[in-house]
Amino acid sequence: MTKPHPLETRVVSRRFDQPDAHTLAGYLASDGFRALDKALAMAPEAVIEEVKASGLRGRGGAGFPTGLKWSFVPKQSPREKYVLCNADESEPGTCKDRLILEYDPFAIIEGMLIAGHAIGARRGYIYIRGEYRYLLDRMERALAEARAAGYVGKNIRGRGFDFELHAHTGAGAYECGEESALMESLEGKRGIPRLKPPFPAVSGFMGGPTVINNVETLASVPAIILNGGAWFAAFGPPKNGGTRLFCLSGHVRQQGVWELPLGFPLRKLIEDIGGGLRDGARLKAVVPGGSSTPLLPADTAWNIHLDFDSVAKASSFLGSGGVVVLDESTCMVKFALRIMQFYRHESCGWCVPCREGTQWLQTSLTRFHNGGGRAADVDLMKEVSENILGRTFCALGDAAAMPTLSILQHWRQEFLDHLAGKPCPFGARTSAAGAH
Amino acid sequence: MADPALVHLTVNGQPLQAPAGTLLIEACKQHGIEVPSFCYYPNLSLQAACRMCLVEIEKMPKLQTACTVVVSEGMVVNSDSETVHRARKSAIEFILTNHPLDCPVCDAGGECELQDMTFKYGAEKGRFIEPKRHREEQQWSPVVYFDRPRCILCYRCVRACGEGMDVWALGVANRGINATIVPNHQDHLECEECGNCIDICPVGALTSGAYRYQTRPWEMQHVGAVCTFCGDGCKTTLGVRNGEILRGDNRDKSGINGDFLCIKGRYGLDFTRHPERLKQPLARLNGELKPVSWSYALETAAKRWREIQKAQGAIGVIGSTRILNEEAYTLQKFARQVLATANLDHHRTADFPALFDALAGRTGAALARLDDLKTAPAVLLVGGDPTQEHPLTAWNLRWGYRQHKTRLYILNPGDIKLRRQAYRYAQVAALEAAVRYLNGEGETQSQPLTGVAEPSEKRWPQTPASAVAVLDEGLQDFRARLRQEQDVIVVFSGDIAGDTVRELVAFGNSLSGQTRYIALADHANARGAADMGLYPDLLPGYAPVAAGQSGLNLEQMLAALPNQGLASLYVVGANPFRRHPVDPAALRQTFLVVQDLFLTETARAADLVFPALCAYEKAGTVTNTSGQVQPQRRGGSCEGAKSDLEILHRLAAAMGETAWGPADPDRTLQEIRAQVKGYNLPLAQLLAGAAPLALPLNGRVPRAAAPLAPQPNRDTLFTAGSLGRYSATLNGVMEGRKPGR
Amino acid sequence: MSPFSPQLEARFRELMQRYPARRSALVPMLLYAQDELGWLTPEAVRRIAELLGETELAVREVIGYYSMLRTEPAGKYHVQVCTNISCLLRGGDELYAHCERRLGIGHKQTAADGVFSLEEVECLGACSWAPAVQVNYDFHQELTLEQLDKILDAYAARARGADPSQGQGGAGSPGPRTALPVDGSGSRGEAALGTRVQEKS
Repeated sequence: MTKPHPLETRVVSRRFDQPDAHTLAGYLASDGFRALDKALAMAPEAVIEEVKASGLRGRGGAGFPTGLKWSFVPKQSPREKYVLCNADESEPGTCKDRLILEYDPFAIIEGMLIAGHAIGARRGYIYIRGEYRYLLDRMERALAEARAAGYVGKNIRGRGFDFELHAHTGAGAYECGEESALMESLEGKRGIPRLKPPFPAVSGFMGGPTVINNVETLASVPAIILNGGAWFAAFGPPKNGGTRLFCLSGHVRQQGVWELPLGFPLRKLIEDIGGGLRDGARLKAVVPGGSSTPLLPADTAWNIHLDFDSVAKASSFLGSGGVVVLDESTCMVKFALRIMQFYRHESCGWCVPCREGTQWLQTSLTRFHNGGGRAADVDLMKEVSENILGRTFCALGDAAAMPTLSILQHWRQEFLDHLAGKPCPFGARTSAAGAH
Repeated sequence: MADPALVHLTVNGQPLQAPAGTLLIEACKQHGIEVPSFCYYPNLSLQAACRMCLVEIEKMPKLQTACTVVVSEGMVVNSDSETVHRARKSAIEFILTNHPLDCPVCDAGGECELQDMTFKYGAEKGRFIEPKRHREEQQWSPVVYFDRPRCILCYRCVRACGEGMDVWALGVANRGINATIVPNHQDHLECEECGNCIDICPVGALTSGAYRYQTRPWEMQHVGAVCTFCGDGCKTTLGVRNGEILRGDNRDKSGINGDFLCIKGRYGLDFTRHPERLKQPLARLNGELKPVSWSYALETAAKRWREIQKAQGAIGVIGSTRILNEEAYTLQKFARQVLATANLDHHRTADFPALFDALAGRTGAALARLDDLKTAPAVLLVGGDPTQEHPLTAWNLRWGYRQHKTRLYILNPGDIKLRRQAYRYAQVAALEAAVRYLNGEGETQSQPLTGVAEPSEKRWPQTPASAVAVLDEGLQDFRARLRQEQDVIVVFSGDIAGDTVRELVAFGNSLSGQTRYIALADHANARGAADMGLYPDLLPGYAPVAAGQSGLNLEQMLAALPNQGLASLYVVGANPFRRHPVDPAALRQTFLVVQDLFLTETARAADLVFPALCAYEKAGTVTNTSGQVQPQRRGGSCEGAKSDLEILHRLAAAMGETAWGPADPDRTLQEIRAQVKGYNLPLAQLLAGAAPLALPLNGRVPRAAAPLAPQPNRDTLFTAGSLGRYSATLNGVMEGRKPGR
Repeated sequence: MSPFSPQLEARFRELMQRYPARRSALVPMLLYAQDELGWLTPEAVRRIAELLGETELAVREVIGYYSMLRTEPAGKYHVQVCTNISCLLRGGDELYAHCERRLGIGHKQTAADGVFSLEEVECLGACSWAPAVQVNYDFHQELTLEQLDKILDAYAARARGADPSQGQGGAGSPGPRTALPVDGSGSRGEAALGTRVQEKS
């Protein structure tokens, strides 16, 4: 349970301080499944229109308008349609879906049921990353309760709506957070992304039209249906409707996850909610939306607002809501290396630039950080990153290249300071994972 | 036929058009614009993995892979811009980061796509200074080696093995930079050993155990030959150095087999180098076979045969299903004109005469070519196991299933691998009865049915034997569905013959649409032997001999041996004693002359042995089982041996036949074209495979009272009658597959 | 012959029915098989391939892709230290180095007595409670070196049988449902995250 912060606007997290919301009784006691009843009384098109009106954009990272995504699903389909929940939360800096899975699993279920009604699907799966075993267990208990009470299964709420829903565990693969890779994994295969088009709305899981949404996106749906799209949209600036969960981590006094209206000033999040930087240190950089997003130098970071467009104007992305704060003691070479180590580890290996490029950059950054750097390496690493950017099969290559390029751009001097013989603030240890 | 909708696009400022649905990379290729790629391979699934084919397309934010983008009206493409060149260069640079640069000692050096691409598009300077990741080379099977660091992960091998061969023996293990191709049994492969993965590998990651490190590719001559094993007639390109055949492969894909070659076509040809190869004539002197001179051997044969003729002794001739058309034609001529005997036959493995007779008088194409199977809407396969016995036929059937959704109806006494592609599969106890049922009118049937497989929803099932369900409707549904087909190719093996073949044709003819036929015979020139008239009762072109002039057939000749029924037996390129062992004592009164590559069971019993060249060492034509005539080109050589054609001409000369002159395959082919109906086409057409469009038939074929039934050879992928025993590679693979390995 | 318990076999049968095609159950089956056996033995691979009607190669291809799946035994307690960015900024590297020193093993190695194995892992999704360590499936968050030591002490004691709460997991079983009396919560006092382990048991 988390107590609300005075600056928070709790919509998707409104049950986070309710001790029994993860039980059916507790959920029902706080508006649970009322949105489902309302949605089932609406025409599917009307449900989609309501979601469109809310301005809800995907909370997984890409920010695609949710209502629009749903509307792409053909009404008639010879193949079965599916609703999938992407609970493969793996973007470094991001730990919000975990809280929804823990405190409010029924909101996800209800959101999926509403999505199922809207697109005409009768089956859904919740793909939960393997490390979140206790959340899988919790979700399975919630599903069992929902099934026993007639919220999942045949003829739900006596309205002739059938919807079967299961939780499904992953087994350790960041790439499975990519929607088509998730579908491959859900089909029992290696999590290699698929060629697009066709997009999932036309041909997704098992070749059927599929809606796939992030946990937070789906959990936001019941409140939108209950209170209306306009109500939700009013929380943020135009085209950036609603609230979202921000995960604050790094060199702040108070780490945590808070729900804020879009457009919330980053400075306020760090200072008024996070209590400022630890030990009175000075800000060096901020990762605005998970490890894939270009880093913002302090002067930019202090002046931006947390909404899609404002962060985009600062040449980065709102991403997954993972805000990581770096103070001046941070070695940016080491930070770039750690990011690259991650992408190298998680690259599926399918395409050449990502597979070979992340390996190249990781080995170069390791050597560089260990004191074996050459002046030519700085531009070479930039060029290698540029050669990955925009040329890979899926977005993982871009995710590896973008933060690296931003670090090379804004903190070039730190790289030069690392050239042979210079000491590193972090010490020279490189991680074990780099060696295998 | 109306043109499919054409789409107009612009590539590098040049206006192009291509049929709707064409991939951009193919549209470019058709117009001579090369868009480089590694992972793209025509007719295999799309990967977009190597990123070599990135091009600029207007209105698209990023570079696009030409191998996955379908052309669209008004599309404007640039494949020659600075951006595109940079992207290609960088893709090669990335590939080369962990690829060893030891091209001088790489087996693929000189025929490596990565080498060529680097030369053409790559960076002149390596900028990757980190240590390369090294792994030891692995041997996966007697013929497949894998060198992991060289692998560029284009996944061609995985797809060729899975999608093409339906073997699925290769996969991808691990993730990211550790991803690697792996064999199906962790450290080794258990597969059909076709070697297509090696041919399709663009680099030196997969290499052939039978060939590697023997030569450099540019030291060899590359000779397009026709494989001498099964009856499908695949092209195998011989790599020849100093007359020695070092390899067979299919890299240029120009044959009727397209991308395909099986283990025999690729590796079986090492029999040509076997140490027991005969290189001198042998004569039985004091009970033992001793080397003798050619003149002595030829004179001895002629002298004995003249004596036997004088004494009115019977002479028998058994011909070959591997010798060339010109040789088979000349052999029947030699038997009939020079030896003046009608006792002439060959090992029959399919009943061509019954098929052609049943089709006699039909106008239009009644015969299909093997290629037609790739696009056939429906195929009825009766008997046989093409995967084992006719690998190209099986490949084409799978191709049709994959690319054109061919409905494959299978009638078989057993459970064959093509079941996986079957639309309807009937496992029947007796083929004859099943065919009779198909052709019958009744709606009930008493045919005992051992099983009918339902069409499988799974695309690549490992169909367990238990999937053979016995259904009440039995063959009724099978026949009813076939009757709705409008365009069927009927393929049948030597498991059925005579009247059953006629009934099958009657059924085919009763269908409302087009029906065409292919009879599957074993051995490279089985069809040629039949077309050329190696029969006791049929002349070239299946023309009957004069009434009462038929000679003994193969079984009758062999049966006559123990009773001294034949004063001489002349066996050319055949080993009848292998299947019908004969007591040497029974042969004391028979002058046995054998002409072959090796000292086979038959040759060991001979009085005189002529060493013959194999198909790869001579020129002429061969006809595959579906009637496609192809030129055989001379690749290797074998000092001391002679072609069967030359031996026949020399024997004829020694027998006093002065009009024949020296052996000349071209002149013989002219004679064949004058004699055999299906071969009387313009030469260019004939050699382009047009023969099956006309029956090789001169009139009706009389129905023999008790025709000799075909005896299918039942070779597997790894055996090839007597010849296969002399291939070290085939034997090595067989050895490796013994249980308990 | 199945290498799995009848309960697990029954669970697999149920799992395979949840999907339009049974192969969908592969990844969960592999993880649950590993939970029971400690690692994916050749017999486990064979049996799962058989249940799904797939080749062993197809199963191995999938195993190799997922970082949680292993084809070699690990320790009874698999210590997974996150050193990704959020943890890095709050001492993840130090925790990892401490584990290496204390356990005397490195990345993906298992101690000779089989009690502990160590792995430096990627983001565990505990960024706002960094630094985090996962032991088997249990999360320990906002850790100091002292807290880490206490946690490792507790697991070591349990391995010696000193802790009566040790479950029926058996040797080599990771026993994912076990709880530790140690609450590794830090300054914010994420009580809920600390206590969730108890709710599970």
